[in-house]
Amino acid sequence: MERAVNYGGDDLNLEATELRLGLPGSDGLEQKQSSPAGVRTNKRASPDVAEESRSKSNNNSVVSDAGNGGRDTAPPPKAQVVGWPPIRSFRRNSFQAKKTHEADGAGMYVKVSMDGAPYLRKVDLKLYKSYPELLKALEHMFKFTIGEYSEREGYDGSEYVPTYEDKEGDWMLVGDVPWDMFISSCKKLRIMKGSETSSLGCL
Amino acid sequence: MRKDRTEMSEDDDRSPPLDLRGADIAESSSKTRNCSGVTGSVAGPGPSSMDFQAPYPDQVLENVLENVLQFLSTRRDRNAASLVCKSWCRVEALTRSELFIGNCYSVSPRRATARFARVQAVAIKGRPRFADFNLMPPNWGAFFAPWVLAMAAAYPWLEKVYLKRMSVSDDDLGRLADSFPSFKELVLVCCDGFGTRGLAVVASKCRLLRVLDLIESELLEDDVDWIACFPESGTSCLESLIFDCVERPINFEALERLVIRSPSLKKLRLNRFVSIGQLYRLMVRAPQLTHIGTGAFSAPEGFAQGDPEPDYTAAFAACKSLVCLSGFREILADYLPAIHPVCANLTSLNFSYANISAEQFKSVILHCHKLQTFWVLDSICDEGLQAVAATCKDLRELRVFPIDAQEDIEGPVSEVGLQAISEGCRKLQSILYFCQHMTNAAVITMSNNCPDLEVFRLCIMGRHRPDHVTGEPMDEGFGAIVRNCKKLTRLAVSGLLTDLAFNYIGKYGKLVRTLSVAFAGDSDMGLKYVLEGCPRLQKLEIRDSPFGDAALLSGLHHYYNMRFLWMSSCRLSPPGCQEIARTLPRLVVEVISNEADKLNGDDTVDILYMYRSLEGPREDAPGFVTILQ
Repeated sequence: MERAVNYGGDDLNLEATELRLGLPGSDGLEQKQSSPAGVRTNKRASPDVAEESRSKSNNNSVVSDAGNGGRDTAPPPKAQVVGWPPIRSFRRNSFQAKKTHEADGAGMYVKVSMDGAPYLRKVDLKLYKSYPELLKALEHMFKFTIGEYSEREGYDGSEYVPTYEDKEGDWMLVGDVPWDMFISSCKKLRIMKGSETSSLGCL
Repeated sequence: MRKDRTEMSEDDDRSPPLDLRGADIAESSSKTRNCSGVTGSVAGPGPSSMDFQAPYPDQVLENVLENVLQFLSTRRDRNAASLVCKSWCRVEALTRSELFIGNCYSVSPRRATARFARVQAVAIKGRPRFADFNLMPPNWGAFFAPWVLAMAAAYPWLEKVYLKRMSVSDDDLGRLADSFPSFKELVLVCCDGFGTRGLAVVASKCRLLRVLDLIESELLEDDVDWIACFPESGTSCLESLIFDCVERPINFEALERLVIRSPSLKKLRLNRFVSIGQLYRLMVRAPQLTHIGTGAFSAPEGFAQGDPEPDYTAAFAACKSLVCLSGFREILADYLPAIHPVCANLTSLNFSYANISAEQFKSVILHCHKLQTFWVLDSICDEGLQAVAATCKDLRELRVFPIDAQEDIEGPVSEVGLQAISEGCRKLQSILYFCQHMTNAAVITMSNNCPDLEVFRLCIMGRHRPDHVTGEPMDEGFGAIVRNCKKLTRLAVSGLLTDLAFNYIGKYGKLVRTLSVAFAGDSDMGLKYVLEGCPRLQKLEIRDSPFGDAALLSGLHHYYNMRFLWMSSCRLSPPGCQEIARTLPRLVVEVISNEADKLNGDDTVDILYMYRSLEGPREDAPGFVTILQ
């Protein structure tokens, strides 16, 4: 007797290839995707979705790849099951962490220093979608105001200038490059103040 | 990398999981003589060791026995001796200083401590192995708490604790640190429930601590500076410190100071929060190290091109006794040449966290002539494995892990790599090999070339995948393994397998003790063949295979000889499992059923986990576990 829930077992159970995440028997749950693969239908669900944290009760759910037309063409995509292949989470996560960090960075914390402040802070760049959002957050965090950005003048109207260190170790002005390029190259932030900023203004 | 002893305790009944040299045994024996006045624990009041009285005849015999039995070191020998007669049982119990509990629920702490009065070293295993792969809901059990409570009262001179797959809380560690003033060694493998707070207590209170090994354990997310809790002054007797699984930053300055004042330190495995620059500083302070686990093996943070870097190569070269290397997290292959000076002496190398290519790898492996244990990622491809086969003629254990643990992708290693290894590494004893495709031919070749194989674990990640050249099931390959490898004790099968494969296992696998099955077999006959054919079978774990109640019933004659049976997502029903529970009262039959299935009227058993026990149903079972009776 075929079971309603197929743990990706021995035959091609179409129900099992249905895109679901949740207790078997429950329907209509939104699928959560923690990786960009969720958007592209041909990509397999990220293994760490299947390899869920232990605290989740839906350990026995099946997450499958609803490949376009996958059901009709042969071979159909196999459902990815919990605990298969048998790799312990620690080992699996060691590489997931690496990959996702480069791909989309689940949380991209960078240090923020402010000249004159006694200690540094950290911000998660992933929380922001644009420069104004980030700058406003920094203004709140350190209680100061940043001037108006212009390509020609840099930040005009205040003695504070936001800068960041890029992958090559150079200190750059925040705002020159597109946002996505910025967050992938930003290693740390520094709010420069006062006399040092005048040297930037001279460029 | 797991130490040898953990593997030994997994599959080897013979040798004890902890070092216990002859000197220790003699020492503990004489200690036991002085510790308590009564040498015979069951008879009435006997003479105390302080007064001299003419000993009664039985006591003479028992004294002699004690002197003789103290030399028995292996579990198997001791268990056999204890079955001779009551007197032998009693004396053996008094002279056993190392206690191994293979399943924490098979016997209660009270019963164990009552029988074995003079134990110095304890090893306890808890959860079933498949729980590691999230097949079991969390909080199933295996708590260390009742054990540490009982031992605190019974074994004040306890020195060593080894735990595997147990839930250990910070409070448990605190109690351990408080209760055992002679405590020397703590090894936690695949454990959880504790954090840096517990470690801090152990570090600060266990003044004689020699070994603190944390292996693949999952710590709570707290941030106590436990390294700084080791006593700051005086020489430390620390010999082994392993914490690569601790996913928290550590106080490096404190670690450095600790290493400096630990002249006996031989094994040091760092976590990924220790940079290569910091590793350098430690290595120059501790050139006596024999086992090093590097932290991150790439450019240190804040490093700019052109900065002068320390001479890592010289640091490695200075470690003349180095035999084991591991770590290499977040590796930048440019740094690999630094280890060249030590390669020729390495007997153990763990690259299983190092994502390196075949090219990068080959320049390292060609120096490693003495390698016996090698763990690696499949990123080195078949080509890398061919290089291993060409150089490592002494290889005993190989593990190839997948960097991308998915199905339906093109795998970098295949039957080509396996074949190469079988041709080059004739002394192979143990192999764990993850791949996408395999052929019977390669497996058969290995069975012929490597007669010393004791552990054969092949994981073809694509489920139900046949021989990709012939299209046939993988029956013949595994059949050849059980037929030709006469020493085989552990087997894990995969790929497309029919009942025939299990027929072979039952027919030829007479020494098999541990068998892992996933997505395999056609019918009940498969399981029947195994249960009826393998007299040494002790640990059987099966998932997603079409074995039902009839198959389960065919093992009734054998279940008392086994440590456990795990069957998940098979075709078992509650009445079928009930029948087992009814027939075998000393078996604890735990069943986890899928609630949603039940509502749909589908009454199957999701997980069956059963084990022999002297205690009957455990009282700490969580709600999702039903114990059938």
